[in-house]
Amino acid sequence: MSGGHSTYTPTNGFTKWLDSRLPLIRVMNDNVTNFPTPKNLNYWYTFGAILTFCLAVQLVTGIVLAMHYVASADKAFASIEYIMRDVNYGWLIRYVHMNGASMFFLAVYVHMFRGLYYGSYKAPREILWILGVIIYFLMMATAFLGYTLPWGQMSFWGATVITNFFSAFDQVIPGLGSGVLEWLRGDFAVDDAAVKRFFALHYLLPFVIAGVVFLHIWALHVPGNNNPTGIDVKGPQDTVPFHPYYTVKDGFATAIFMMLFAVFVFYAPNYLGHPDNYVEANPLVTPAHIVPEWYFLPFYAILRAVPDKLTGVLLMFGAIGVLFFVPWLDWSKVRSASYRPVFRQFFVLFVIACLALGWAGAQPAEGAALLIAQVGTFYYFIFFIFIMPVVGLWETPRKLPESIAKAVLAKNGHAAVQPAQ
Amino acid sequence: MAHSPSETVNRRDFIYIMSATVSAAGAAVAAWPLIDQMNPSAAAQALSSTEVDLSAIQPGQIVTVTWRKQPVFIRRRTEKEIAEAHEGDTASDLKDPQPDAQRVFKPEWLVLVGICTHLGCVPSSQVRGDYDGWFCPCHGSHYDTSGRIRKGPAPKNLAVPNYEFVSDTKIVIGEGKTPAETSKEHTA
Repeated sequence: MSGGHSTYTPTNGFTKWLDSRLPLIRVMNDNVTNFPTPKNLNYWYTFGAILTFCLAVQLVTGIVLAMHYVASADKAFASIEYIMRDVNYGWLIRYVHMNGASMFFLAVYVHMFRGLYYGSYKAPREILWILGVIIYFLMMATAFLGYTLPWGQMSFWGATVITNFFSAFDQVIPGLGSGVLEWLRGDFAVDDAAVKRFFALHYLLPFVIAGVVFLHIWALHVPGNNNPTGIDVKGPQDTVPFHPYYTVKDGFATAIFMMLFAVFVFYAPNYLGHPDNYVEANPLVTPAHIVPEWYFLPFYAILRAVPDKLTGVLLMFGAIGVLFFVPWLDWSKVRSASYRPVFRQFFVLFVIACLALGWAGAQPAEGAALLIAQVGTFYYFIFFIFIMPVVGLWETPRKLPESIAKAVLAKNGHAAVQPAQ
Repeated sequence: MAHSPSETVNRRDFIYIMSATVSAAGAAVAAWPLIDQMNPSAAAQALSSTEVDLSAIQPGQIVTVTWRKQPVFIRRRTEKEIAEAHEGDTASDLKDPQPDAQRVFKPEWLVLVGICTHLGCVPSSQVRGDYDGWFCPCHGSHYDTSGRIRKGPAPKNLAVPNYEFVSDTKIVIGEGKTPAETSKEHTA
């Protein structure tokens, strides 16, 4: 998978026999244990491992919950209460799954901002980045579908509003949107047919994500990791084997992350949720203030930033769609923003814009919140389609280090001496 | 399978085209049941009409009934509300202009699908908005006493279902025609 030559030599009769039939140990050796990894990866680079952990947690808890959950408009809500009250440790497993979704998104946002900052989307990692965007999109779909399953008021109205996005296409061809809407719901309203198909797809998509994660890691292992300097690995002096150096670093970061996760699960399990979702779905009463889960708020703000329905829907999907083109939107030759003084400031503004959009998405769409949503939406798109390409043309980057090894040594103050290995 | 430029269409080209066509047609035919199973089932279609007794509804009152699992508003309009609806016929802020006369069979009775045309929330019958009709709390759309969109992000008026009066005090929603269809027939 790494494209380079293999460093594995089978030592005994069994491993020799296995290696010529199914080279499992060789693949693990070349891609995990001895995978050459830049020696300067910082903690922002541990989120790949943290995300793998999150996916595993969601799969395990999700499969367990599916053993007790009933996908039916009549019984779904009661089955959640049954899980919370009657199933042994059901409360724990559900709270882990519920908060696990939030932790998953927290980690993916850090991972994505890290990729944007260090230019990890630039050649030769374009496919790697695009696969990441696909995973992110699948995560959003999975999270939305999962949120509908408890059949509370927010579940129901979230499902109603989000499926209704497609009715905007009635503005393009009359009848097209409504047709798609009925097809998606399997009924004239969100009801039993919807909850059943949403459950089936919610169960399916994580496995699709796992498949794309495999491709993502494959695509990572062809060029190897990017790193905080953004310069290429020039030889063995720039790398360390993945194990034990990064298994330990990733393991330590994952343990810290698990502590944060545990704080939510045990001390504030409903802090990130919405109380209305503990009220059973009622198709005749819309809650006064519908908000999505926190990780969708920036997109919700973009949706509501413009008064026209179709434009809002297109902008919202466009905000995700633009990410696919990022590898070709950045015209700077330098990868890492650490060496790009001007881009770096625009990047900080971009992070602020995303956070401001998130805040605005949680407020009613009026007054200052609406204005902030509009400014944030403007900056979000301008950042990608104007700032990113243009800044690279006139910005003078800082001087890049000669090699990763030299950068590491300079940083640690022994420029001349090689530490003992 | 390189063909020299001098070669014309031969039997092998025919086989390629035929096998590709048959494969594509077969894939489409196999995919259709998998796609169509997502559409509303016969059971969902069977709930497509609802009978409502209007005799208990007082002037000024809005009653919500369900039709096809969706809310339908039945409003017994007062003289004032009917007058407001007629005034609205010529208002400049109509996004989806339609005279009130095409939205009702009898001015007293307004029957609407209670689903905001923006993103599908149920507009509030308690908070009636700036035009005395309905206000949608989700994203702030205001509808007038004819259910027409006057302000906010919704692109269309509240839909008028097809229904018919089976007696003076009873309607069946989902049967017959909409008022607009009926008035077109009369003018035609």
